[in-house]
Order: sequence, then C-alpha cells, then structure tokens
Amino acid sequence: MALLRCRGLRKEFAGNIVLDRLDLTVAEHQVVALIGASGSGKSTLLRCVNLLEELDDGTIELDGEDISDPRVDPDRVRRRIGMVFQAYNLFPHLSVLENITLAPRRVHRRARAEAEAQARELLDRVGLGAKADAYPDRLSGGQQQRVAIVRALANSPRLMLLDEVTSALDPELVGEVLAMIRDLKADGMTMVLATHEMGFARDVADEVCFLDAGRVVESGPPEQVLGEPTQPRTRQFLRRIIEAGRL
Amino acid sequence: MTLLEHTPSPAQLRRSAYRRRQTVYSVLVAASSTAALGTLLVVAVTGAPGWDRVRRSFLDPEIAVDALPAVLSGLWLNVRLLVCCAAGALLLGLVIAVLRTLRGPIFFPVRALAASYTYTFRGLPLIIVLYLLTLGVPGLRLQGTPPVLVLGGLALVLTYGGYLAEVFRAGIESVHPSQLAAARSLGLTYRQTMRHVVLPQAVRRVAPPLLNDVVALQKDVGLVSLAGPIDAVRAAQIATAQSFNYTPYVVAGVLFVLLAIPLIAVTDWVTLRAARRQSGG
Ligand SMILES: Nc1ncnc2c1ncn2[C@@H]1O[C@H](COP(=O)(O)OP(=O)(O)O)[C@@H](O)[C@H]1O
Ligand SMILES: [Mg+2]
Repeated sequence: MALLRCRGLRKEFAGNIVLDRLDLTVAEHQVVALIGASGSGKSTLLRCVNLLEELDDGTIELDGEDISDPRVDPDRVRRRIGMVFQAYNLFPHLSVLENITLAPRRVHRRARAEAEAQARELLDRVGLGAKADAYPDRLSGGQQQRVAIVRALANSPRLMLLDEVTSALDPELVGEVLAMIRDLKADGMTMVLATHEMGFARDVADEVCFLDAGRVVESGPPEQVLGEPTQPRTRQFLRRIIEAGRL
Repeated sequence: MTLLEHTPSPAQLRRSAYRRRQTVYSVLVAASSTAALGTLLVVAVTGAPGWDRVRRSFLDPEIAVDALPAVLSGLWLNVRLLVCCAAGALLLGLVIAVLRTLRGPIFFPVRALAASYTYTFRGLPLIIVLYLLTLGVPGLRLQGTPPVLVLGGLALVLTYGGYLAEVFRAGIESVHPSQLAAARSLGLTYRQTMRHVVLPQAVRRVAPPLLNDVVALQKDVGLVSLAGPIDAVRAAQIATAQSFNYTPYVVAGVLFVLLAIPLIAVTDWVTLRAARRQSGG
C-alpha cells in the first residue's frame, strides 16, 4: 500500500506556479529521490507534504488519511513525518542532547530520563555519543547534519523528508551523512529526498523523479531515469550535470 | 614527553623580551599621563576665583553627614520601586510582544489592543501618565483605590512596558524563520515553538538593550516623588531648603551613581558576552 500519495498538487507564490498538477506515490520502505534544476519545486513539494506550506490545489494522503484536509491538525501530522533541512536548522541555544529530546519530551510527553537514554543510544549508533553535551556551533557541518537526522528520527517518524541535506557540506563531509542515510534505508525507513548527488541517487533510491517547472517529467528506476532518459528535458538536465562533473 | 618541552628559538626569546619591555613602557606612559591630567584638573578647579564659595555650598562635609540619613531612606524607596517596576515592566513587555506575534483572525482584537498600547505609551510623556494615575485615579474616589506609591509604580510599569515590548518584539523577529520551520516540523505547537525555541533565542539576543532600559528606569523611578512619596532626590531637595546649601544634592547624586555601577557593569558584561557569541567565539 502507498504510504504517501500526492495527487494534482498545485502551489503558486504570487502568480508564480511552482507545483503544477504534481503526482507522486511513495510505497512503504521505498526511497524516492527528487532531482531537478534549482527552482524546479523540490523544496516546495517537501514543505507541502510536511504541511509547512498551504496547498492551492490537490490532495496529500499519508497512510490513507487525507492530511490536506484543513480540519486535520497539522501538528499531529508532522509528528509522523521527520524533516531534515539543507542548513541543518539545529537550535543553537540547546545542546545536542536537548535538540534531540525536545520533541520527545514536549510533544510525546516522554520522561526526561527515557528520552535522553533513547537519544544517547541513537547518537552512539552514529558515532556521535561523545558530542551529546556539546552545542551545535562546536560541531562540524557533517556532525550537525547527522544530529539533525537523529533529531528527526527521535520522533519515530513513518516518513522522512530530506531536502538536499549534503548541499551545504564540504565535500569531505558528504560521505558520513550519505552513509547514515544508507543505514536508514537498510533499516527500512521510507524516505523522499531531494538531492544533487546523482551517484547517491542511483545508489540508494528505488525510484528517481525528475522535476521540471513543478511537474514530474520522468520517473522510474534510477538506471532508467539516469541511464536512458526518454524525455528531452531530462537528457538536457543530466547533460548539464555531467558537464559540471557531478555524475 | 619530549614533545611538550619546547625550547624557544633565539628569535622567539628576543621577541618575548621586546614585548615585555614594551608592556612596562606602556604602563609608565599611562600612569604619567593620568597623573598629569589629574593635577591639571585639580589646579584648574581649585584655582578658580569662585572655588571657595562653590566648595562651601556644594561640598560641605557637615551638611553632607546631616543629610545622609534622609537621602538614604529616600534611596531605599528608589531601590524598592526599581526592583518591582523593572520586574513588572519586563513581564508586561514580554507578554505584549508575544501577543503581537499571534496570527489568525480570532486574535485580531488582542493584536490591535497590544499594538495600540505600545503606540500610546511610547508616545505619552511619563510625567503625564504619572499625574493621570496618581492624581486622576484617586480623584474618582472609588472604594479600594491603591496607595499613590502603587499608582506611581503602575505608571512606570506601563510606560517602560511599552518600550520593552518593542525590544522583545525586535528580538522575536530576529529569530530566523528556518528555526520556526524546524520546530514545527518536529510537531511542536505554536506555543511550544515560542516557549522553547523562539523566546530563549530572542531574549538572549536583546538582553543588552533590555538592561540598558532598566538603567534608564533607575533614574526615572524618582519621578514618583512628584505625587508625594519621598525619594532620594526629593529628600535632598527638602534638606537643601532647610540648610540653604546644595550639598544634599551632591550626596544624592553620588549615591545614584554608586547604585547604577553594578547594574551598568552587568549590562556591559552581558553585551560583551553576546558580542562574543555572535562572532562564534
Ligand atoms: N516562500 C516563497 N515565496 C515566494 N516564492 C517562493 C517561496 N518559496 C519558493 N519560492 C519559489 O518557488 C520556486 C521553487 O523553489 P524551490 O521549491 O525551493 O525549488 P528547489 O528546491 O527545486 O530549488 C522558486 O522559483 C522559488 O523562487
Ligand atoms: Mg531546494
């Protein structure tokens, strides 16, 4: 069964149509990579799914529930979805541990000791156990982004949305974050990720969707979309990517 | 272990010796220039033709000792008022600033009221608020009218609350929207986002200007004496009228500065710390 089903999504900003009758279906345990030029609407799509933007048309279903219904409590929906941003967006006034336990404690009303034990275990698993009491500005970009992923995971989400999570990183730090996402896939996490790392998309995604001007122009298994694209716009995009040396 | 025992090169030794000499030299220069300026000032003031008269009417030690108890007990009123009014104004300012951020049509009246409050009380001179509350309200002759001192304190809280609300609001708006998006994406409600993510960052950022306003409040609390209660300046005025000598004012002035020093020092310290954090150090 589909975990996420977007139908006919439309979003405009002051007359600029950013999502245009967009359809996207994600099955449970599936990893979908969104690729496309800057400004093609990848971030907007992820923000709409997380109800951070109001739709202008279309429906979004999560686990069979229409979450685009205005009567649905968005806070309750967001608890089932984890989101990670390009710029990490850690809370600078809170330690790593406090960043991770904020939602479990305040939203899920877990006891502090229990939330901290869970956070420490997650941190240990990704090799950041020693950083639990550090503040974000003491961490490298790669470490901050891994903490941001752990923070989203601490809510035990059904679905993870990752928005170009390696784009702000120095090249030598990209690997540690991608490795963590690979582990998540191995654990069966359902993910939608916007990315510029074509090699990674080919590696980890079950399906690649090429977005152009707010529509899914082409989608399918990575070998097909990245290897033998049928649409001229996909070919053009991939040619530019190859020229930039990113494939 | 051998790695830790570093033997400085001759060049480094020469540099260190030079720096030490420079430090000694700087201290000597600073000391002598301070001494020269001080001497010059003392000579200029005490050598002035009217110095003896000024010294008698502003710096009479006997009158200072006589006036001290009254001025001190007035100062105690300033201190109590400052503590209560600063706490009240900070709380009021924070509440008003948060109310002004509420979105949605239900909150329109609340937003409008909060906005008109900040406009009115930032525009209205403190003295007018003070007279309206301390003379106007008792004039209504209602049952249970609070004492003049409380009404005066209320005037201060209302006026300073308007300023502090704007300072808090600037702080809230300085928190980047991506922080809100991150908090909301974790499922935090608007209230939880404000309480745990936005306000802690906002307050840290505006702590220096907030404290600066508290220092200003310290000087304004004395204005309640216009309505009757006797603060340090009013006590000095009474003593001056009795002795025909201005020394009590000097006593009050010195006490005010002494009282302000710790507050100003804390403000400077917080400002410095905020600047360090900003620069990522
Ligand atoms: N809040 C906003 N207000 C106005 N325009 C926006 C806003 N967010 C995104 N856009 C516009 O929407 C388009 C798609 O942006 P985005 O979804 O960020 O693309 P991508 O993530 O694929 O680079 C861009 O043209 C961008 O300028
Ligand atoms: Mg984007």
